[in-house]
Amino acid sequence: MAEDVLCPFCGCLCDDIKVEVEEGHIVGVKRACKLGSSKIRGHERTKAPMVREGGELVETTYEEAYDRAARILKDAKRPLLYGWCSTVCETHKKGILLAEEVGGVIDSTATVCHGPSIIGIEEKGLAGSTLGQIKNRADLIVFWGANPAEAHPRHTQRYSSNSSGMFTPEGRKGRKVIVVDVRETRTAKNADKFLLIRPGTDYEVITALRMIVAGKGEIIPEMVAGVAKSDLEEAAEMMKAARFGAILFGLGMTHSRGRYKNVDNALSLVADLNGFTKFVVMAMRGHYNVAGFGQVCAWETGFPMAVDFSRGAPYFNPGETAACDLLAKREADAMMVVAADPVSNFPRAIVEGMAEIPVVQIDPFPNPTTLLADVVIPSAVCGVEAEGTAYRMDGLSLRMKKVIDSPYPTDEEIVQNILDRVRRLGDDN
Amino acid sequence: MMVILLKAIMISGRTLGQGASCEAKMSPEFFKATSFCTLSEEDYRSLGISEEGNVLVRTKFGEVVVSAKKDEGLPPGVIFIPMGPWANAIVGPETGGCGTPQFKGVEAEVEGTKMPVKDVRELFADLKRTGGEAS
Repeated sequence: MAEDVLCPFCGCLCDDIKVEVEEGHIVGVKRACKLGSSKIRGHERTKAPMVREGGELVETTYEEAYDRAARILKDAKRPLLYGWCSTVCETHKKGILLAEEVGGVIDSTATVCHGPSIIGIEEKGLAGSTLGQIKNRADLIVFWGANPAEAHPRHTQRYSSNSSGMFTPEGRKGRKVIVVDVRETRTAKNADKFLLIRPGTDYEVITALRMIVAGKGEIIPEMVAGVAKSDLEEAAEMMKAARFGAILFGLGMTHSRGRYKNVDNALSLVADLNGFTKFVVMAMRGHYNVAGFGQVCAWETGFPMAVDFSRGAPYFNPGETAACDLLAKREADAMMVVAADPVSNFPRAIVEGMAEIPVVQIDPFPNPTTLLADVVIPSAVCGVEAEGTAYRMDGLSLRMKKVIDSPYPTDEEIVQNILDRVRRLGDDN
Repeated sequence: MMVILLKAIMISGRTLGQGASCEAKMSPEFFKATSFCTLSEEDYRSLGISEEGNVLVRTKFGEVVVSAKKDEGLPPGVIFIPMGPWANAIVGPETGGCGTPQFKGVEAEVEGTKMPVKDVRELFADLKRTGGEAS
């Protein structure tokens, strides 16, 4: 039995998982939610490296797959190195070195997730906290466009609305919960106050709340985006009356019309509320180490994602250098995908751009990206078969454990092997 | 026969089933967890479709056939498809200058259909591999 295993699924990075191991195989997972348990127990694996020959993927050696991957990246004028959410920071570091070596663009899955949140945070600054502070102190939790009941199943119990902490011993009974969403989710059913807003109106609703908080409620109409003014006034009062409030926002805010401006406005609401009480705000990050890529990329290059090395120095301009932009404009001429599945998770029109260029995939599992890949390199599952560092959604760095041995190399080893070969190919082509 | 057309705003997002099967995307579990669309009770009835019937969802970016389910939490005029290849067949590629496509808030038309739901391989079968092999 392995104790205190970290869960390699979502940004909660739950660190209390028990994993039962018998003869090198996982036979049981305790304490994890449905999402984490499913991943730790394991799924069908890509058995061996493969390269595409005559339209079909055929098995090959790791050496051959590394050579092909290195050649594809070296031959490309604008290679895109994408993914990185479900691997450890040690892989990120090598990936950034590789991107620099080939003069490519490196981008993470944040680009189709909380990317706009990061941009909003860069614009405004963030009154942040750890999840521990929220657990121990927050008496008001606001879930905005976030549905942890489905996406972060243990969040409420471990860190937020339903957890019990040092100054919050009563748990859910001692806290107020507000949910803002375009539908009544399972999370909304747990709320004291639910604001059902029309899709794409987050900005208006946040602005109305800011006006009410600032004492200028008289200029707000009776209905805002389908919400009665009296409901907004009640929510604003709950926020001002809190001793410690936390807005935890999801993709419902950052993917809706206005995108990063919604987040920018929400951060301003939090700044305004800090004139009355203590208030913090946090993005509910999805994959377990998408936050880690942002950290590593920021300390290595100065930017959190979508970093272009083609000019010799890091350059960042999402909308131009993000993965979806490069593929939509047919600018990227090769792609390496590490620990992500863009064929599933990008809009169809952008996937069509991937079909036209060589694609290298590094991943433990077969998925739709495999269908388009020319080189497929199977890897060990980080947090189960490989250790390394990951960042929880609040920016806390934690060490992922290795629970069982794996016949597969780690992502870090694979990227290092490709980097070595790219360097050996030199500048002579 | 008159076709009943429902205009709605489509959003995509995570679900427990999607998350639990998202590392096994070629599996029947993932297909079951992500190839459907939920509608409000009122919208579901208005389409006049049979129990567990299929719908064709069309946006200006594409169209996709998914099975239909009721979700009492959805207001009329809003439909939900779990994140994945079926939802992404009809979301918008435009990134609004911040790199992130339009995954939520896409204007859509929904109608009942007898067409089957494509499996994950069929969804991408038409994408021709034109890159790669030369190297």
